[in-house]
Amino acid sequence: MAEFSLPKNSKITKGKYVKAEGATNIRKLKVYRWDPDTGENPRTDTYEIDMDNCGPMVLDALNKVKNEIDTTLTYRRSCREGICGSCAMNIDGTNTLACTKSMKDCNDTVAIYPLPHMDVIKDLVPDLTHFYAQYASVQPWMQTDSVPLPDAERLQSIEDREKLDGLYECILCACCQTSCPSYWWNGDRYLGPAVLLQSYRFLADSRDEYTGERLEDLEDPFKVFRCHTIMSCTNTCPKGLNPGKAIAEIKKLIAERHAL
Amino acid sequence: MQYRTETKRVKGLGTAKHGFGHWWMQRLSAVLMIPLGIWFVVSLMTMESLSPDALMQWLHNPIPALLMALWTITVVYHASLGLQVIIEDYVHGKAMALTLLTLIKFAMFAMVVATFFSLFKLVS
Repeated sequence: MAEFSLPKNSKITKGKYVKAEGATNIRKLKVYRWDPDTGENPRTDTYEIDMDNCGPMVLDALNKVKNEIDTTLTYRRSCREGICGSCAMNIDGTNTLACTKSMKDCNDTVAIYPLPHMDVIKDLVPDLTHFYAQYASVQPWMQTDSVPLPDAERLQSIEDREKLDGLYECILCACCQTSCPSYWWNGDRYLGPAVLLQSYRFLADSRDEYTGERLEDLEDPFKVFRCHTIMSCTNTCPKGLNPGKAIAEIKKLIAERHAL
Repeated sequence: MQYRTETKRVKGLGTAKHGFGHWWMQRLSAVLMIPLGIWFVVSLMTMESLSPDALMQWLHNPIPALLMALWTITVVYHASLGLQVIIEDYVHGKAMALTLLTLIKFAMFAMVVATFFSLFKLVS
């Protein structure tokens, strides 16, 4: 059966509380911590943050913890401007990017957990290996049979290019993927919203000649049809994209293949 | 420790190349249930009496009898498709899933047969 409660060694205990001495404008971060080397259960540590001496975003607060309070805190981050997708995590119950989430839009105590239902490597770092393999499995590159002209590019009309808007912006942060209950229960076989949106990005590309092969490979009770239009994906996407619609478009293309 | 690459895990047994039929029939049966459901409720509400005799007499007419058969079969069919999804979603033990999926199919057939038998008995 699907597991609805945490296994014994995953039950979260209460960790330490770190005060910000002398600060007046205080916000708190409650952060999930788990260290694979200690064998202890995960815990939540709470850190007081002096907001007079901290940047505006949740990532700034995490950096402040890492730089000034507790260097053992582990998380992924890189671009700090919402384009690399590294700092995807669950903030106040919603998957989003720590770097584009303002502290002002958070609860007084900001609850920070790793992306849900993924294996945790350490603290806020989830194991995304399976997700990346699923991404590779939909062959996310343009495929053609025709031989390109040696002296010209493959042309695309402005209208056809516009069909990729809302798809190409996906940064593969896995926020939608890990917000999907269907992906939680059947992530081993269901491709999930992020991967399906990426797949549709190439189905929708006028230059790609492998639409049929792609659809053939997608039609499966688990790969696509585990999507029950729950729409958590669209709800949570930090880039404002609509993976739910992309999946619906894939279903429509499969319907068309069946001569409907 | 199982030595499998993640790609091997993801590719698994490959694509089933079906799944659309189930999805489509679930939607079609849902759409069909709207007019049939309205007909069923309105019919019962507008009947003068809901006594067994009155219902028997009503089902003696061919159109209510046929619509009743269609309504019951659609509901049973839709329910079996829906239950199948629930089991595929939540029951991960292979033996348990197979048992439940089989039982659902058997129950669906049994209920369709029971529907026809009951209606036939009523009108004969």
